[in-house]
Amino acid sequence: MNPKRKQRLMILLGLATLAAIAVGLVLYSLSSNINLFFSPEQIAKGEAPLERQIRAGGMVKEGSVQRDKESLDVSFVVTDYASDVEVRYSGILPDLFREGQGVVVVGKLEEGGMLRAGQVLAKHDENYMPPEVAEAMKGKMPTETLE
Amino acid sequence: MFSKIIPELGHFALILALLMALIQAVVPMAGTLTRRPLWMAFAKPLASGQFLFLAIAYLCLTTSFLLDDFSVAYVANNSNSMLPWYYKATAVWGSHEGSVLLWSLMLGGWGFAVSQFSSQLPRDMVARVLSVMGMVCVGFLLFVLITSNPFERILPNMPQDGADLNPLLQDFGLVIHPPMLYMGYVGFSVVFSFAIAGLIGGRLDAAWTRWARPWTNLAWAFLTVGIALGSWWAYYELGWGGWWFWDPVENASLLPWLAGTALIHSLAVTEKRGSFKSWTLLLAITTFSLSLLGTFLVRSGVLTSVHAFANDPARGTFILVLLGLTVGLSLLVFALRAPRVSHSIGFTWLSRDALLLVNNILLIVMTVTVLLGTVYPLLLDALGLGKISVGPPYFNALFVPLTGLLCVFMGLGPSSRWKQMSGRELFKRLLGAGIAAVVISAVAPFVYGGEWNVWVSLGLVMALWIVLSLGRDLFDKLRNASNLGIGLKRLSPAYWGMVVGHLGLAVTIIGVTMVSNYNVERNVRLAPGESVEVAGYTFAMQGLRERRGPNFIADTATIDVSRNGEHRFTMQPEKRLYLARGMPMTDVALRPGLLRDLYVALGEDLGDGSWALRIQFKPFVRWLWLGALLMAAGGILAVVDRRYRRVKRRAQQPLASDTAGFKEAQA
Repeated sequence: MNPKRKQRLMILLGLATLAAIAVGLVLYSLSSNINLFFSPEQIAKGEAPLERQIRAGGMVKEGSVQRDKESLDVSFVVTDYASDVEVRYSGILPDLFREGQGVVVVGKLEEGGMLRAGQVLAKHDENYMPPEVAEAMKGKMPTETLE
Repeated sequence: MFSKIIPELGHFALILALLMALIQAVVPMAGTLTRRPLWMAFAKPLASGQFLFLAIAYLCLTTSFLLDDFSVAYVANNSNSMLPWYYKATAVWGSHEGSVLLWSLMLGGWGFAVSQFSSQLPRDMVARVLSVMGMVCVGFLLFVLITSNPFERILPNMPQDGADLNPLLQDFGLVIHPPMLYMGYVGFSVVFSFAIAGLIGGRLDAAWTRWARPWTNLAWAFLTVGIALGSWWAYYELGWGGWWFWDPVENASLLPWLAGTALIHSLAVTEKRGSFKSWTLLLAITTFSLSLLGTFLVRSGVLTSVHAFANDPARGTFILVLLGLTVGLSLLVFALRAPRVSHSIGFTWLSRDALLLVNNILLIVMTVTVLLGTVYPLLLDALGLGKISVGPPYFNALFVPLTGLLCVFMGLGPSSRWKQMSGRELFKRLLGAGIAAVVISAVAPFVYGGEWNVWVSLGLVMALWIVLSLGRDLFDKLRNASNLGIGLKRLSPAYWGMVVGHLGLAVTIIGVTMVSNYNVERNVRLAPGESVEVAGYTFAMQGLRERRGPNFIADTATIDVSRNGEHRFTMQPEKRLYLARGMPMTDVALRPGLLRDLYVALGEDLGDGSWALRIQFKPFVRWLWLGALLMAAGGILAVVDRRYRRVKRRAQQPLASDTAGFKEAQA
């Protein structure tokens, strides 16, 4: 084998090894870092895992937001009009968080079906509905909110 | 009367620009195939004409905004008579249709620039390059006219007033962030066109790289600034003090940046050593394709983000087809022609060639990991396998170690030599820098934070390794000069560009390391008269009052900040309610500094007079963007190197020596 070919072969082998390592690492990281999305109905049916980070989404139920008097703790109910999930959060809610608006909550489900949220996302545009939420709501939304 | 037809004039101008782009795409290319100079000569005037009519269309849309012509649907949806005039002018790119128009205008602008600064290029090369740019422009103008016409009217029932610009976008950051970003995205179309033209013409010599390099660096610099501005804007505008979220839209801009970074380095090797030719071409195609992919991701509504304006499937499909055509056709040209232009040139494993090869591989691996994390959820969703999202831990787990590895090689690169060098020499040169970097970064956390932090040390050692090895290289270069002035003069702008660019990355890494590890955030509940201490500063809420802005009302809090019992300054965060949309917004109070930012955002009214407040102490956060500006400055500095301007003279005197003045020029 001439040296040039040998070098090329080395490059290719090196590339293949690196690519294999990279893909392996990527898949490993992906498997431990993906957050599955569940609708309140799926959570009520017990399809969502406990103690694992998940995403849930739906509408903030009217009249469900309750604040603690002393701290920044807040609780509210996320609904897809089929089932409800109680969410507890401590911190500052986003500007566009409002009752009757779509939200996505990232957190862990605890025994008893309560979701302890680490993050509450309301989107930047008031006309905007996160696609997952829109999907979860499909066919369940009361007609008057359908526009 | 005349003002009433401005939108129609704009529409006509756009159609004319499309026709010119069509001719520009076909005639000059046909001219090169049939060897007709007259046909080739069509390219330059058409590029100018196309730019002129795009500019007219753009000005017409801006005028419609300024005149509050709410019979134009786009104006009605994104403006309001109460909006200050400067936001009316910039609301043009506040949503989808106008953004694509701006995109097209810039594409025309880059084409015009190529036609103006191409006097040193052979006629057939100019014809091919502009022809390819014409094709890209045809694609985008069709996209504008068919799916996203900004001049569409709502008649006869036009609204009395507009729906207003999204309040998040009423800000200086928005005024400059999208144009910079688009300049970068679109700018890569130039090197893409050069690559395709070079492939078709079978001409890929050192002259080709000297033509392509300045355009690539310029586009890359714009993209760098654009990304940094986006990060800065998100930091102060979204109200929670983050500067990078691994949001798919951010990733969409990072992808072409990573590939573009690989490209500018690969171009350096191609120019200096004539190797990596096919690779460079492939990178040029990849970079522009990733720009298009970014556009697709952002504009098709498949992503959930502030940037996802509209969910019109027709638009997504159109861009996807455009992307498919671009990638497919350019790879076809590549497959057919690349074997003709490439030939391999040997180098040993310890040489600058090899180190730059490693740099390229690492950058591409980074691109692929980001791409996977961004596209994987979309693929799963499209295949009906469930809805997932990939969080920041994934990206951090892969991106951070890869960056670390990249930094190791970045330290070696500048001190190494082309073709081959001895390992002992490299070791001897850089041993001091390595030891110093390790020692300083091991001690620094004690000095700054009072205790050792392994992550801070690791981050700093990467940055210091880059800085100190550059310093050593500079020292070696100046040591042999008879005096410092002469030594400095001998270094080319291209070399300084490399130094400044690499320093920029080091500065950014220091910023990332410090702010990630020493950030202090407290969410508190404060009523007037109460106070809280964060990172040694005492924040005392004095009171709240209501204030009226031009198109909003705001609750403004007054917070006195003191340190060690001594009053320092007053901060006034606001919660605004924008009237036209009834949309609430947080207006952050910032106290910026080179070594730390203080950041106060007003949360919500908790009743009983108290408010939620988010108070943050962010050390070195400015370094993030300062570093990005340095990187961009490096990219531009490398372009002003005189060899790019000497090409013309040399073309006239083909026998002139090719090596004079090139000695110090670097990546």
